[in-house]
Amino acid sequence: MIIPHPLLGPRDSQEFTIMGDAKLLARPDGLADGAEAAFFDYLYLRDNPAGLHRELWYHEQGDRSWLVVTRDTLTHEILGAELASDVARRLAEGAA
Amino acid sequence: MTRITGGLIDRSQTLNFTFDGKRYAGHPGDTLASALLANGVRLMGRSFKYHRPRGVVAAGSEEPNALVTVGSGARATPNTRATVVELFDGLQATSQNRWPSLAVDALGVNDLLSPFFAAGFYYKTFMWPKSFWEKLYEPIIRRAAGLGKLPMQADPDAYDKGYLHCDLLVIGGGAAGLAAALTAARAGAQVVLADEDFRLGGRLLAESHALDDAPPTDWLAGVTAELRSLPNLRILTRTTVFGAYDHGIYGAVEHVSDHLAEPGGRVRQTLWRITAKRSLLAAGAIERHIPFANNDRPGVMLAGAMRAYANRWAVTPQARDGDRVAIFANNDDGHRTALDLMARGVPIFGVIDPREDAPRLGECQLFAGGQVTGTQGRLGLSSIRIAHQGRNDWYECAALGVSGGWNPNLHLAAHHRGRPVWDDALQAFVPGPDGPPGLCAIGAAAGQGTTAAALASGAKGAQDALRDLGIAASLPDLPVAEDHSAPPAPIWHVPGPGRAWVDFQNDVTVKDIALAHRENMRSVEHMKRWTTLGMATDQGKTANVTALAVMAELTGQSIPQTGTTVFRPPYTPVAISALSGGDPGTHFKPTRLTPTHHWAAERGAVFIESGQWMRAQYYPRPGETHWRQSVDREAQAVRAGVGICDVTTLGKIDVQGGDAAAFLDRLYANTMSTLKVGRVRYGLMLREDGFVYDDGTCARLAQDHFVVTTTTANAGLVYRNMEFARQGLWPDLDVQIISTTDAWAQIAVAGPKSRALLERVVDDADLSNEAFPFMACDTLTVCGGLRARLFRISFSGELAYELAVPARYGAALMDRLMAKGADLGVVPYGLEALNVLRIEKGHCTAAEVNGQTTAQMLGLGRMVSQKKDALGVVLSRREGLVGERRALVGLMPADPATPLVGGAHLFTAGAAQKTETDQGWITSVCYSPHLNSHIGLGFLENGADRLGEEITAANPLAGTDVTVRVVSPHFLDPEGGRLRD
Repeated sequence: MIIPHPLLGPRDSQEFTIMGDAKLLARPDGLADGAEAAFFDYLYLRDNPAGLHRELWYHEQGDRSWLVVTRDTLTHEILGAELASDVARRLAEGAA
Repeated sequence: MTRITGGLIDRSQTLNFTFDGKRYAGHPGDTLASALLANGVRLMGRSFKYHRPRGVVAAGSEEPNALVTVGSGARATPNTRATVVELFDGLQATSQNRWPSLAVDALGVNDLLSPFFAAGFYYKTFMWPKSFWEKLYEPIIRRAAGLGKLPMQADPDAYDKGYLHCDLLVIGGGAAGLAAALTAARAGAQVVLADEDFRLGGRLLAESHALDDAPPTDWLAGVTAELRSLPNLRILTRTTVFGAYDHGIYGAVEHVSDHLAEPGGRVRQTLWRITAKRSLLAAGAIERHIPFANNDRPGVMLAGAMRAYANRWAVTPQARDGDRVAIFANNDDGHRTALDLMARGVPIFGVIDPREDAPRLGECQLFAGGQVTGTQGRLGLSSIRIAHQGRNDWYECAALGVSGGWNPNLHLAAHHRGRPVWDDALQAFVPGPDGPPGLCAIGAAAGQGTTAAALASGAKGAQDALRDLGIAASLPDLPVAEDHSAPPAPIWHVPGPGRAWVDFQNDVTVKDIALAHRENMRSVEHMKRWTTLGMATDQGKTANVTALAVMAELTGQSIPQTGTTVFRPPYTPVAISALSGGDPGTHFKPTRLTPTHHWAAERGAVFIESGQWMRAQYYPRPGETHWRQSVDREAQAVRAGVGICDVTTLGKIDVQGGDAAAFLDRLYANTMSTLKVGRVRYGLMLREDGFVYDDGTCARLAQDHFVVTTTTANAGLVYRNMEFARQGLWPDLDVQIISTTDAWAQIAVAGPKSRALLERVVDDADLSNEAFPFMACDTLTVCGGLRARLFRISFSGELAYELAVPARYGAALMDRLMAKGADLGVVPYGLEALNVLRIEKGHCTAAEVNGQTTAQMLGLGRMVSQKKDALGVVLSRREGLVGERRALVGLMPADPATPLVGGAHLFTAGAAQKTETDQGWITSVCYSPHLNSHIGLGFLENGADRLGEEITAANPLAGTDVTVRVVSPHFLDPEGGRLRD
């Protein structure tokens, strides 16, 4: 596969490591009430969609960026990629 | 014997080769199959299941029968199709799956037993008793049924891998592919043209039609010369594109030197990874046969193949000149074989065409409305039976060409689960619209099978593909070519008694398909697996569509309703050696050497793999005959004096920035922000699920600068997780990280005399206990100006330091330490002694931190801060983890001389040894020269409360029980006085 790196352009997926669902960016607050239940959901309950999936890829053999890649799991078509840090900042601001 | 004039072979040279030890001769341009046919050899193999005598059926990579082993010794390559083996001088080929010989095969008896060997026979018969399968049934079946054997020797040749990028990949160099490549290359596009044959031209090489009133070879010569002159076109012959992968990536194997007796310095094959913006599949078409009774005798072959052998290789299919040849075809194209053979003086007995209105295309006998219903001939065809106008008579016939029409070779267009579409007019499947994105079929692969249509569709296909890329291409002038389209009549097999083979390679007959249907294998995928049709090296290239048609007839469905099986890479078999891409053995993964590796090697160190690293295991001295002697000596030298050990392999991560401390607080279960500058703290890292992930040290070199270490095994993973935390979890923290594992050589200097030694190498630094106490760190210079980092940390439990210098000075530092410490008795020590020292102290490594243990189990429960949020802290409070009662203990055998075994399970003395009564396990073991006893570490139920108890360490693999006493895991100096002095 070819991953459109937002900084480096198209890169071969062999340069990357995948970590799955981008939901892992939405880490709950460990000091909040009910943190244990929230962490259980965060860690163990993932969707496994047949279709569009937002997932984390790490450019390990490259610039070490973590990316959020939107991929169709049925066709492997990649619809976009952005820096995980940009997504995380949006999450922190309350927008997905 | 049956060589005729003409053909694309070089008669000026003779190539000698052997088949089953017998010597034959051929010419450059021959394949092994054409050369064998030219020598009158028709019998080339035995069938997979029934050991039926088989000859060549096809002239290309679709060949199901003529599988041979090429080469000898370590180069022997089994299951090679004789039709694609380019002949070379000295070639040795051997037939397969026969004993004692190809002509007399004892296992031919399987054929007589065929009523018992129907589809699913193995599944039904060898089910019970279950234990017999592995020991009895499978070995016997494997010996009796099968293909060639691997040489069981290492491959002596080199392989390579390469990467190509292009605008347009053209797969196939026949009429369509050449027209496409010419169109695209003239337009300036970057083009790769790949063809599995050793000569460009595809089917044009096999046909006699004129192009512009000249032989097709004239046009081919001109086009090939022009293509070779264009710098933006790369031609890869002998190259099979075997798979279409995601995003325009194609896998291809180039047979660089398979056509040579010895590679002679060249690689044997190259694995290409081709990234193409657009691709055109010009793989042509594969002829299908028409199953009839005993249609598998040597001498029965595809009509198109027969024509190719005559036109390209000047070979006729009969064993003897003058023998008669017949054609059985349900379409006009089959008749062409009769015409071409007659033109070359081969006696044609007649054309049998099941169509009542079959056209008379040449001056030979025509059996319109006739069918072939049987064959005779022990090891080769001698006569055929023809049903015609109510009669069913035998006729002498030495070779029979069969044509059931042509299937577009759409394999690659059906990767990515692309579904072929049935074309009723063509009576064939053509590529569907949902194949690999960016790939388009042209020419015969798209159902455009006449030469004129193939040329035109190739040029047009290239123009369209380039337009997508914004490149304008004009259509070239194409030669005038034949344009007679003749779809076959829908006649799929000849019904009747006797076995009619559909899949030659897997010995599947029409009856087998019918049986599978009766046994309720209604899906084509089930039918395929029940009968094995379409499996093995040819993947049903000549069988699949015919089988679907037979199945459709049985179910009363149409062929498209019946559907096709899924196409997957590879198109043809690919050698594992090629896939390894030249990285076999130790080259398969990187080997990392420490900065002192060569230094250690010069001192005779024995090395051990530690992940990707090679580490010095111990340094034997003259007279030491057992590794234990060396290790005991090294460990004792450290505890008594001073030892030095390369610990560079531990991961080192530099963490800098205004929020570096806050960042580490969130990564480690314990608190780092309270650490003072110039101090080191042990750090415990959890996985988010609450289990211990890794441990190491955090050294604070400045307010905003930490150096943290990881275990050797997790160096890359911890760094990956830290980057995830930095970018994905807390992107607004002011922190930067980088791995410096390879930048610094880090040497442990351990033992009561370590301070004395280090004082001799550091420049103007006060190492006294007051100035530089336990867990101090500093940046300084050593050896007269070399920048260094010094950490007073101890893995051995002794007064100890770790000294880091730029990696390139690692070996020189070892030399300096050895020289300066000679009078102190300094010794280098390896991984084994390091392990002894840490087990004696109860320090954990990967054996204890194995991903299944909690901080509490390791005795580190109090390190997990309850006041902050950090990775894993929340879920470490889960009931199941908090309730964990197993704890790290030390174990000593009742008899000190009895070795302990890592992985042994612990049981209460006298208790039954079952899963329910399991009390824990041993993680690490060694011999302690200081305690004069074997010792071990392990996890034991309620371990902290059981000190002094005698329990059993059971090793059920060896059937041994050892009585062990539970002790503190800190065997030596439990108060830690030694490391603080």
